[in-house]
Amino acid sequence: MAQETHHDTADEAQRADAAGTAQRDDAPKRTRRDDKDGDLAIVGRSVTINRPRAELFSYWRDFTNLPSFMHAIERIEMTGDRRSTWTVKAPVGQTVTFETEVTGLVENEEIGWCSVEGSQIKTSGHVTFKDAPAGRGTVVSAEIGYEPPGGDVGRLLAKLFMAEPNIQARHELKRFKMLMETGEIATGANHKSDRGDD
Amino acid sequence: MRALTWHGNNDVRVDTHPDPEIMNPKDAILKVTSTAICGSDLHLYDGVIPGLKSGDILGHEFMGEVVETGPKSTLRKGQRVVVPFTISCGQCFFCQNQLFSACDNTNPVEKQDASEKLYGHAMGSAFGYSHLTGGYAGGQAEYVRVPFSDVGPIVIPDGMDDDEVLFLSDILPTGWMAAENAQIEPGDTVAVWGAGPVGLFAVQCAMIMGAEQVICIDHYPRRLELAQKFGAKIINFEETHVREALMEMTGGLGPDAVIDAVGMEAHGFVVDNVLDLVKQKIAPGADRGHALRQALLACRKGGRVSVPGVYGGMLDKWPLGAMMEKGLQIRGGQTHVQKYTQDLLRRIQEGQIDTTFLISHRLPLEKAAEGYKNFHDQQNEWTKVVLKPGMAS
Ligand SMILES: NC(=O)c1ccc[n+]([C@@H]2O[C@H](COP(=O)([O-])OP(=O)(O)OC[C@H]3O[C@@H](n4cnc5c(N)ncnc54)[C@H](O)[C@@H]3O)[C@@H](O)[C@H]2O)c1
Ligand SMILES: [Zn+2]
Ligand SMILES: [Zn+2]
Repeated sequence: MAQETHHDTADEAQRADAAGTAQRDDAPKRTRRDDKDGDLAIVGRSVTINRPRAELFSYWRDFTNLPSFMHAIERIEMTGDRRSTWTVKAPVGQTVTFETEVTGLVENEEIGWCSVEGSQIKTSGHVTFKDAPAGRGTVVSAEIGYEPPGGDVGRLLAKLFMAEPNIQARHELKRFKMLMETGEIATGANHKSDRGDD
Repeated sequence: MRALTWHGNNDVRVDTHPDPEIMNPKDAILKVTSTAICGSDLHLYDGVIPGLKSGDILGHEFMGEVVETGPKSTLRKGQRVVVPFTISCGQCFFCQNQLFSACDNTNPVEKQDASEKLYGHAMGSAFGYSHLTGGYAGGQAEYVRVPFSDVGPIVIPDGMDDDEVLFLSDILPTGWMAAENAQIEPGDTVAVWGAGPVGLFAVQCAMIMGAEQVICIDHYPRRLELAQKFGAKIINFEETHVREALMEMTGGLGPDAVIDAVGMEAHGFVVDNVLDLVKQKIAPGADRGHALRQALLACRKGGRVSVPGVYGGMLDKWPLGAMMEKGLQIRGGQTHVQKYTQDLLRRIQEGQIDTTFLISHRLPLEKAAEGYKNFHDQQNEWTKVVLKPGMAS
């Protein structure tokens, strides 16, 4: 009996959701079944890092540090206070370069960026830093928007190194955590010649 | 260097590998002097733990001499150290709460995906085990790279033999934590399934923690004899109905706490176990849980269940009703080795714990494959095997 009731309720919720009448819950957008934001798909992750907020913010704010834990990025050069040039790895040893601009900045709280109009790659990102409860450090949440497979360059890139953007975002955040908490990024490789990466 | 390498089910060989290098600032390299084969290695040998690759070097119980250090290692060349099998960073939430085997930072990110899917959370890491837990090369080798060497290894005082301290790497702390998880109170009867190395240390530790009576269950007479040496009563499950015997030996109450030191490859020709065995042969990820089921049924109402035995996947016919209806508490986990090593080293020094009684064979590293085969096939006589890379073969 109890089981049947349960079933009905679930069905009802699903129908309501499909009709768009369901109350939005408290979950972040990236965990919604419909995770699109305009024409960008959203991926992201939260991690709790056992370090002070200001320290994490300032490391991330210096975009030239990002390649140390975002391994798909070869390098980032600051071209102005808010502008930077990103060079990302592409298949067969090639690279793609694009410009980004800081779109939102709240000291020790959040950083947002976006590729500028007319870039070869359309992407956006947003990271927030909040105190974790009971002195556990800082909750860092990052959301990355990317162009879902489609278009010419987009399709190629998505296939070869953004095939699993969600996994990539997760790996990046975890590497950031390792680096901030321990000063190094763990590897199971035993030789410099075969440092394994994704 | 020479190293014991996994090539497939029941196929391990000593082959030649390049020497390890310092990869990260906190790394150290050891020249291994002693390394043991563990019951957990037998799960790998039998291929019931997923995530091994052909060519992986096994071994998570080892000690040796520091021969190289990274700039941030706290070790010095020439020190003799025992290394916990769990690799832990010391900095994350889990390490700081002494849950060292749950460390967030030592399992390389690419290796975390599988356990995040399988268990809901990414696992910590260990030496010489599955790629689910890091894919780190193990210590059944002449040399081993020790990451995060500032947190794990304990320096051994001069004058103590390798054999006295080697088991601080795993099975002694595992037996200790198994007994601790049984939350022993005065008057308690503790029943321990498995008289292997883990069970034997659990027996010894339960006695030290003040159990009134410890009962050890196995089917190998030689192993049961070792348990008897430490004052345990014994039950041979081939000769006796285990649950009935436990009820009678506890005045009809049942043991206050039960410890499963058997794990996912329980022996026994009984219906549930044979069905489990068939599933395990078809695919890894199926556990064989006869001992655990029996322990849950035997445990008294409101009692405690401690599970040091390793399970890796799914178990059918899990007596969930017994757990809920009897109000049992269950605790388990990979051992938080670093939490216990200093205290246990002191107890060894004071002569409170005997650590060498279970070693039945000492072999040169070159004979490691023979060690695996016999520890697997001749469990009655081969109770614990220690490999010595420096011993002439
Ligand atoms: N939690 C941890 O961190 C940790 C650490 C080390 C080992 N382990 C695990 O502990 C378990 C035991 O390790 P070990 O080195 O002692 O292994 P082992 O294989 O040497 O010993 C297991 C013993 O259990 C006995 N046994 C099998 N089926 C039984 C049954 N139905 N009832 C009673 N006894 C039975 C066997 O005869 C054997 O003597 C393994 O699963 C191992 O992986 C866990
Ligand atoms: Zn072990
Ligand atoms: Zn840690």
